[in-house]
Amino acid sequence: MPDDTMTTSRKASALAAFKDMPREPGVPKPDPILVVDKVVRRFGGLTAVDVDHVEIQRGSITALIGPNGAGKTTFFNQLTGFDTADAGAWTFNGRAMNGVPAHKVARNGMVRTFQLTKALSRLTVLENMRLGAQKQKGESFWRAMIPAFWRGQEDEITERAEELLVRFKLDAKREDFAGSLSGGQRKLLEMARALMVEPELVMLDEPMAGVNPALTQSLLGHVKDLREQGMTVLFVEHDMDMVRDISDWVIVMAQGTVIAEGPPSTIMSDERVIDAYLGAHHDAPLSDTELESQLHEAEAALEAEIEEETQK
Amino acid sequence: MDWLTIITTTVHAAIGWESVVYGLAAIGVNIHFGYTGLLNFGQAAFMAVAGYGLAVAVTVMNLPFWMGIVIGLAAAAILALLLGIPTLQLRADYLAIVTIAAAEIVRLVFRSVYFKDIFGGSDGRRGFTGDFYAMNPFPPGHYGIGPFGFDERVIWFLAVGWSVVLLSCLVVYLLMKSPWGRVLKAIREDEDAVRALGKNVFSYKMQSLMLGGIIGCLAGFFYGLYNGAVQPDIFGTEMTFFAYTIVILGGAARVFGPVVGAMIFWVLFVFVGNTLAELVRNGFIPFMTTTQVGPIRYALVGLGFILLLVIRPQGIFGDKREIAINAR
Amino acid sequence: MRRAVIAFTAFLGGLIFLLAVPAHADPADCQGLRGTLKLQGQPVNGAKISVTTEGGQPVEEVTSNAQGTWDVQVDEPGKYKVTLDPSSLPADSEVRGGSNVRTPTVYEGNCSTVLFALQPKAAPGAAPEDTGQSTFWEQAAQLTFEGVNLGLIIALGALGLSLIYGTTGLTNFAHGELITLGAVIAYAFNVGFGLQLIPAAIIAIIVSGALGYGQDRLFWGQLRKRGTGTIAMMIISIGMAILLRNLIQFFFGAQNDSYTDYNTQAGIEIGPISAAPKNLWAIGIELAVLIVVGIALMKTRTGKAARAVADNPALAASSGINVDRIIRIIWASGSAIAALAGIMLGLSQSLKFTMGQDILLLIFAGVTLGGLGTAFGALVGSLVVGIFIQVSTLWVPPELKSVGALAVLIIVLLFRPQGILGRRERIG
Repeated sequence: MPDDTMTTSRKASALAAFKDMPREPGVPKPDPILVVDKVVRRFGGLTAVDVDHVEIQRGSITALIGPNGAGKTTFFNQLTGFDTADAGAWTFNGRAMNGVPAHKVARNGMVRTFQLTKALSRLTVLENMRLGAQKQKGESFWRAMIPAFWRGQEDEITERAEELLVRFKLDAKREDFAGSLSGGQRKLLEMARALMVEPELVMLDEPMAGVNPALTQSLLGHVKDLREQGMTVLFVEHDMDMVRDISDWVIVMAQGTVIAEGPPSTIMSDERVIDAYLGAHHDAPLSDTELESQLHEAEAALEAEIEEETQK
Repeated sequence: MDWLTIITTTVHAAIGWESVVYGLAAIGVNIHFGYTGLLNFGQAAFMAVAGYGLAVAVTVMNLPFWMGIVIGLAAAAILALLLGIPTLQLRADYLAIVTIAAAEIVRLVFRSVYFKDIFGGSDGRRGFTGDFYAMNPFPPGHYGIGPFGFDERVIWFLAVGWSVVLLSCLVVYLLMKSPWGRVLKAIREDEDAVRALGKNVFSYKMQSLMLGGIIGCLAGFFYGLYNGAVQPDIFGTEMTFFAYTIVILGGAARVFGPVVGAMIFWVLFVFVGNTLAELVRNGFIPFMTTTQVGPIRYALVGLGFILLLVIRPQGIFGDKREIAINAR
Repeated sequence: MRRAVIAFTAFLGGLIFLLAVPAHADPADCQGLRGTLKLQGQPVNGAKISVTTEGGQPVEEVTSNAQGTWDVQVDEPGKYKVTLDPSSLPADSEVRGGSNVRTPTVYEGNCSTVLFALQPKAAPGAAPEDTGQSTFWEQAAQLTFEGVNLGLIIALGALGLSLIYGTTGLTNFAHGELITLGAVIAYAFNVGFGLQLIPAAIIAIIVSGALGYGQDRLFWGQLRKRGTGTIAMMIISIGMAILLRNLIQFFFGAQNDSYTDYNTQAGIEIGPISAAPKNLWAIGIELAVLIVVGIALMKTRTGKAARAVADNPALAASSGINVDRIIRIIWASGSAIAALAGIMLGLSQSLKFTMGQDILLLIFAGVTLGGLGTAFGALVGSLVVGIFIQVSTLWVPPELKSVGALAVLIIVLLFRPQGILGRRERIG
């Protein structure tokens, strides 16, 4: 079956690219779609993100993991223009992206989803989908008033949206308000809507959070599908089973910096990663000063978390 | 009790100048608040700059009537820019505070002695409607049935006014079923999601603020044209608040919601006010004086508004389901 | 937290500095023109001054009294022509600058001071230039003092508003009416029942606190329980403002009024500033309340709990804090502080049913300047707004002084949207 060979070849080529790659943070990739240099973001005294160098391989599924408060979502926000970095530069397809506003980042083919799903509640599922399409003639004020200008394009968009809805098994809900969907269905809708943009790089912020187990497999399948269609995926996740299952490469963040990279099979046995998750010298008894500094770190992380929560 | 007067004034209010002026103001607010989720609490300022733009152009600068209209429209557009640039990138409550403050600035400047030569201080400006009524094609007479009816001056005003109201509704209808309107509604739901889909949210919010402001400014023209004058204190926060009450009464994000809302609002407002005044005058409510009817009427609007939002936020004709989805 | 401490220290430092600057008298309700004629520090008695309208219609002719002062009240605001008759001056003196005519503007409810600087005729060079300058600085000092008084009243309002916003997320547009309510309840006890103002004020503050408690218990708390969103609640609060304002107008009427006590107090001269004792007391009380509330927030159990609720209500609830109880205490104390602000405002200006509505925008300006939701930022912002408004009248007509403050609010949002002391937001 052609589909199958495609699947294996995409996955194989992605894996082949990562073969024998050093497990060092910031390791260069043969064909990077996204290159990040020295991105810093501070909130008051707290440095939330301080990434020296990181590259994302084109056509791969890369996972971004790390303990709570590691700065993963903040890093996502910097890259996608939702928050302004204090310093640093990054390129997408060789084009500089620092300081570019969020909507232009998306237009360039770098589309994200959110940790807390942002379904547009009082729009129907189909309208949610249509919104994702780019370069719509009917989105300009003057042309909007005369349907003849945009009818044809709208029909094409609707057709594409319906194909995607079928693929994501949401076609039965097309006329329902998005607000009436379940949590998992909203995640699916958000992903499908992101695909309407026709992105090259899809950035998923915790795609599995709050999804019931029955839907997990189907969501995983969809993420793998993105790679098979030639897209690059970068996702933040806590669930290590999922990371091991679908990712080709894993980047680990802790306290705002990238501390390790490696293939999913071995990354969790990396000393630095274990330290990050469990604390340094987790088997040795702690001295008073160490205890204090750990407490401070935990506090800072918690504060960042709270801030993140309250701003939602 | 003079029931005939109560009933005729009530009926007149439903189709009269009040519904035209407040209907237009509310159509503007509906674009801002109902469709885009922008909390513009300075709609009165848009009406004021338009009304004064017309009045000052005609009476002070001696320009023709149409130039006055153009100046009024331009003033509203500039006001939208001035309000929008600092606030449209901020949290919703900042826009509310800034627009309410801006409306107050506009009112204070218009009523100031310092600018009395231009804006006429607290007396405002009058004497700019001649050209409008000179265009009246209706011959003098009474138009209506029995006690219900208007003279040729009012009927001309209402003919133009309701045409503009219907035209505005048509524009809103066409825009809101287009992809452009879809972007606005999506911004109302979650602007970050819209940004992530490659739409320039700021630009759409600005377009919405401007469109709603310009429709609101038409309300300012019609206020001036009917009353033959503009005074600063008419354009206070109460006027904006009435427009919000009307939008929610008729159902937010509905094309005809503001129009129906305005008619219902004015029927209730005039009926309750006149009935109370009559009751007081005839000694049925001994603890009240006629001057106290005014504040009680306003207080009742406030109470009604609160009850409406708490008990029936979708308005009279709205769909409960839609609101329930939004209650997160 | 560190930010709050810095802000608080700055605030206290500012207060101490401001306390060192002495104090003032408010102009009584007046609309017209007045002035004082002095020759080398001595009042000039019997100088003739005639006031006409801009068009030349005579309004009144007066002569200066033994203190050198004169006063003309007018019915209509507008431009007037004031002429000083040089022949009525002491023989050896003249008006500096030559012209004996001034064309001042009278603003609604305001008295304008008309300045005629006199100098000895014999020595034209003897009148030093710095006379005019010192007048300017004297005026600036006086206005700064008045600004501090206004700023502290705004700060009281802002404190209540911020506390309620911090704990419930409600931007309460009806907070201005809580201020009016406090002032009017005190008026009812003071003028209606003939109670002295101080006990009347204490009763009003207690009643307002109870009303605030009841308001949350019976209304806002119920809305929170239903899960009403903060934006919806904000819109409801505007309805609440309209309801309360008009109910107050129903009972109180539309006129300006004042309390029966402390109306006319002779000013005390302190350096360049003249202050009525009531204003000094007002400033003292306002400061004391602000400091006590600040300490209560930092030190007491309830204060700490309130800050925890503001930080994260869910977390606070799960660590055993009774969130509803805390919010009700905040509502009660916020309303009581608002009532105090209203009484102070009524004392230094006059009572009107729109007084709260008018000051609410200045409170918002102060709060926004300091950053929405940061209590100490609100205090600093309020002081800045109060002083700015008063001092700006050196250049701006008094009727437009609020315009300046509101314009500054908009400009601040343009360049520093999180407020001067506020935190930046995060998305995602």
